[in-house]
Amino acid sequence: MAVVFEKTKALTDAPLHYCPGCTHGIIHRLVAEAIDELGVLGKTIGVAPVGCSVMAYNYFACDMVEAAHGRAPAVATGLKRALPENVIFTYQGDGDLASIGMAETVHAATRNENITVIFVNNAIYGMTGGQMAPTSLPGQVTQTSPYGRDVKTVGFPIRVSEMLSALDGPEYIERVAVNNVKNVKAAKKAIKKAFENQINGKGFSLIEVVSSCPTNWGMTPKKALEWIDTNMIPYYPLGVYKDRSAVKEEK
Amino acid sequence: MAEKVLMKGNEAIAEAAIRAGCRHYFGYPITPQTELAAYMAKRMPKIGGVFLQAESEVSAINMVYGVAGTGLRVMTSSSSPGVSLKQEGISYIAGADLPALIVNVQRGGPGLGGIQPSQSDYFQATKGGGHGDYHLIVLAPASVQEMADLTATAFDLADKYRMPTMILADGTMGQMMEPVVLPEPYEAKSEKPWAVTGTKCEREHNIINSLYLVPEELEKVNFARFEKYKTIEENEVMYEEYMMDDAEYCIVAFGIAARVSKNAINAARAKGIKVGLIRPITLWPFPKDVINKAADKVKAFISVELSMGQMIEDVKLAQECKKPVYLCNRAGGMIPEPEEIIAKLEELEGGND
Repeated sequence: MAVVFEKTKALTDAPLHYCPGCTHGIIHRLVAEAIDELGVLGKTIGVAPVGCSVMAYNYFACDMVEAAHGRAPAVATGLKRALPENVIFTYQGDGDLASIGMAETVHAATRNENITVIFVNNAIYGMTGGQMAPTSLPGQVTQTSPYGRDVKTVGFPIRVSEMLSALDGPEYIERVAVNNVKNVKAAKKAIKKAFENQINGKGFSLIEVVSSCPTNWGMTPKKALEWIDTNMIPYYPLGVYKDRSAVKEEK
Repeated sequence: MAEKVLMKGNEAIAEAAIRAGCRHYFGYPITPQTELAAYMAKRMPKIGGVFLQAESEVSAINMVYGVAGTGLRVMTSSSSPGVSLKQEGISYIAGADLPALIVNVQRGGPGLGGIQPSQSDYFQATKGGGHGDYHLIVLAPASVQEMADLTATAFDLADKYRMPTMILADGTMGQMMEPVVLPEPYEAKSEKPWAVTGTKCEREHNIINSLYLVPEELEKVNFARFEKYKTIEENEVMYEEYMMDDAEYCIVAFGIAARVSKNAINAARAKGIKVGLIRPITLWPFPKDVINKAADKVKAFISVELSMGQMIEDVKLAQECKKPVYLCNRAGGMIPEPEEIIAKLEELEGGND
């Protein structure tokens, strides 16, 4: 009998602690599939962030390091410089990557550090109970923006992919989403490419995954996925923002 | 016999680290540790090592954390304000039980302070420094030779006990040049089955982590770590005694303060004042026993420090306040003159007559 679907080797059997309807499960699965398909499980080391996915170290079957809040790209830099033949990835949320860890993110990108960054953007701090994130949308109600994000006093959301793509350093920047089958398939392709780039020595690849947080958005999982289409993607358009190798080929 | 070379203290640490097998250095520019990073920037690329100037001290220490997780020898260096920035990462390194070396070439503080030598990071270094219950093994060199020798010791102790170690130097130690016999290069051998190196799909995954959400588990980890600290306190204390045999007064001083104190002791003895020195080489573990024993025969202690008086608390605790402890100090980048120490001794002698 032909096997049409099986559990990925790159995920452990530990039950995920994520809320019902959370898209972290999908994104974990996509990362794990990419690791499996590229046959690099035995030499992959992941870096978990602080945030909802802090315990990702229990879920990925490769060696894992738990980093301080925002410091994953620096930790990954250390790992990659120590073990250049290994495959190093970070898995970070928006507060971790785009607020407290922005310096680490920008500088790892500008060094074209040969690592893979999975950036989960759900426009909110989930773990701590739904505070305003650097990517929370204008007007978005959160625990710390109870009257809606007022751009006059707290500024505008940061479009990380657009910002990083302005740098000369990084190899590959793409924004994807995981709110429907078509988008999940595109996300998988992007994530796999981000790992392939590292294996081929091309350098820093970051995949921004627009995702949902039904619990802290105060929506049903289905409504939250729709909200990605109606609110998130208009502010965070999907697409490839930088692909240095493709540009070189064109030339 | 090995050849003597003339080197700055900062450079001696760098060269000794390379000879101890350290091939990964991460730092951020700051005075007065500059020469250490500059030396690494020159040497590391020539020997297949990594020198990386990080975007901040915060990043540098987290790069150290990453390399330490792989089990390779790794270090960073900085000076006081920069070491404050590293404290978060140091706490994580201690919490994840990783070996690494942090060098603090101290300058005056608080805040931006100054760039002249100081010992005012004593509390920060010896009491943990960052959040949570932990210690570093803290080594205090008092010569360029010790800057080199203690660097190898620091790496070895870090591996032996799987914990971060610190060299607590100061601006004078970093900047001054002295003849030094560099330690022979050696290959450190220690098994690190806990390291993240890739599972090769042959073992369970290793996790470098300091998160324990179940309080019973976190407590257990803390108690176990402090059992280890107890072993260190029993086995790794280092100090030097100078003219303590017949001493009526005991100076306790480390680093540059100990060197000034030795000059003061020689001069005071010429005047008939019987004074000696206990120089802690390990600031943590602190040489409590030798100080406690000294308390049974001396009249008083003088803690000579380049701070407003930090180690003095440990001197009092070590001998359970059996004898008075006086402070002879300068701060803000100033160094006490031997005359100031002698004046203090004469004051005490006068008081006893």
